[in-house]
Amino acid sequence: MPEMSYIEAIREAFVEEMRGDDSIIVYGEDVRLGYAFGVTRGLVDEFGPERSFDSPMSEAAIVGSAVGAAMVGLRPVVEIQFSDFLTLTMDALVNQAAKVHYMSGGRLKAPLVVRAPFGTVGVFHGGPQHSQSLESWFMHVPGLKVATPSTPADAKGLLKTAIRDDSPVLFCEYKRLYGTKGFVPEGEHLVPFGKADIKRQGTHAMIVATAPMVAKALAAAETLSKEDGLDVLVLDMRTLSPLDKESLIACARKTNRVVIAEEDCKTGGVGGELAAILAEEAIDCLDAPIIRVAGIDAPIGATRSLEDFFVPDEKRIIDGVRRLFG
Amino acid sequence: MVTARLFDQAAEDLFGKGRLPSSIHTCIGEEAVPVGVCGVLKDDDYVLTTHRGHGWFVGKGAPVDRMMAELLGRSTGLCKGKSGSMHFVWPEKGLLGSNGIVGAGPPIAVGIGMAIKYRKKDQVVVVQFGDGASSEGSVHEAMNMAAVWKLPVIFALENNGYAISVSSRCVISVEHLAVRAAGYGMPGETVDGMDVVAVVAATEKAVKRARRGDGPTLLEFDTYRYHGHSRGDPMHGPYRTKEEVESWMAKDALKLILERGLVTAEEAADIEQGARAAIALAIEYAESSPEPAPEEALEDIWA
Repeated sequence: MPEMSYIEAIREAFVEEMRGDDSIIVYGEDVRLGYAFGVTRGLVDEFGPERSFDSPMSEAAIVGSAVGAAMVGLRPVVEIQFSDFLTLTMDALVNQAAKVHYMSGGRLKAPLVVRAPFGTVGVFHGGPQHSQSLESWFMHVPGLKVATPSTPADAKGLLKTAIRDDSPVLFCEYKRLYGTKGFVPEGEHLVPFGKADIKRQGTHAMIVATAPMVAKALAAAETLSKEDGLDVLVLDMRTLSPLDKESLIACARKTNRVVIAEEDCKTGGVGGELAAILAEEAIDCLDAPIIRVAGIDAPIGATRSLEDFFVPDEKRIIDGVRRLFG
Repeated sequence: MVTARLFDQAAEDLFGKGRLPSSIHTCIGEEAVPVGVCGVLKDDDYVLTTHRGHGWFVGKGAPVDRMMAELLGRSTGLCKGKSGSMHFVWPEKGLLGSNGIVGAGPPIAVGIGMAIKYRKKDQVVVVQFGDGASSEGSVHEAMNMAAVWKLPVIFALENNGYAISVSSRCVISVEHLAVRAAGYGMPGETVDGMDVVAVVAATEKAVKRARRGDGPTLLEFDTYRYHGHSRGDPMHGPYRTKEEVESWMAKDALKLILERGLVTAEEAADIEQGARAAIALAIEYAESSPEPAPEEALEDIWA
């Protein structure tokens, strides 16, 4: 199994899928040269300018046109250069893509993928309009799937599944993860949607994590094992829609203590939904209140001190788990 | 055109009697545009419409009984009762959707145009929108994209002078919206939308250009809705004078056809009789159809 970066894994998914299906086209701003993060670089060389091309700087029409192309048989995969710019595509995603199948009584479908880089970068600081994690807005929309891969293998497997899915998918990529490396299965590696992944087994407590918080949760679990003798399970949700409630509840029943870690602002975030599910369906098994470790409710400042204050780190996750044992 | 008018009159009548569960926006007065444009299109050409789209569905050949059933929220409707008036589809005739969001159609049309061009098909896509939508950013994005990529898109702008209650004169700085086409590098033409012959002629030119691969055209059809924006909005009074409404009715599209001798009075009477019978049957079909079962709300969410 080759080792590759998160970006290389995404690109491998693209290449494999595009070789097998000429209905896949890839476009967006600076897609040809692969700006801003290089994900689509080189696709034009193999697949030509008809299948991989630059669009005008028109986010609403990029996603809106993808809906139209998808309705008549293509599988467009479009890029929004920073996830913050998804605000400019809300109608196309929420009222069009997510509603086409339902509104047509099942007669039309819109198999498109919208990719966007989410969250903070870490090594440089994008500031309030280039750093946000707005995934929770989209898991709120029936008809729209949301994938949040945390490893190169999941990135490849989830993107391949997303491209083949007949429903619209928002594919969340993470700037912090682009350079991270991992082993990735070659060829036909498909990760199913709605199937959370236990990234570390454990019995004393569970950290439910999404995307860039998974690696931090794993590091926190190691520290807790060494310093506290705690055996902590790490559950990676992998997709927010569909959401694997069964695994979430089963892991809570196994560990009886839950920390939820996410990079989004705490209020109205993904963690709130996960906590509510556990409160509704598994509160009888919990030995301590659910703790959310999340971003603070503030914009993300464009300098290290402000960004670091916002983004939860390994230490905050460790503190959260320790509070469970009060 | 007669069927389009009678369909919307029947819809208003049913709404007035409380037999129609959702909102409607009629195109009474505007029929020459949808019917004229659709008359030029082939069955496999695509059409996207706005919330004021019934006439386009009649013009392109959707079945009026299934349309009426959709209006009445029945399981036999075009979309199994899920769309109501504002989201009709009938893919059999290339009708890929009315839209309840003003300005949402043009970007979708761009994507359909992209697919036609990519697959090298001999098809075009027409997207209807209004003078109100012409102020939406998505429409500008779409026109630029269609023009720069030379897509087979016809932007059919029905300028009926009002965005609900707001006169175009108050919110649009040019007299004719067709002039905006020049800014995107495509032809634009203002057409008398009450004259079906003129509508057909302009559409033929735009469709030929699109099929040749020369790109999109903006057609601005000057037209007028005789009735309010939706039910509950009066015909005249708060924002339109009686005189203004009557001046447009004086150049009614159906009347013009008769005046020009394009059909005889006898032929017109036959057409009307046939249309009335079809609408009566459509209402009967719709009203005898069941509403969808409540649990159907959970179907068709995921493809």
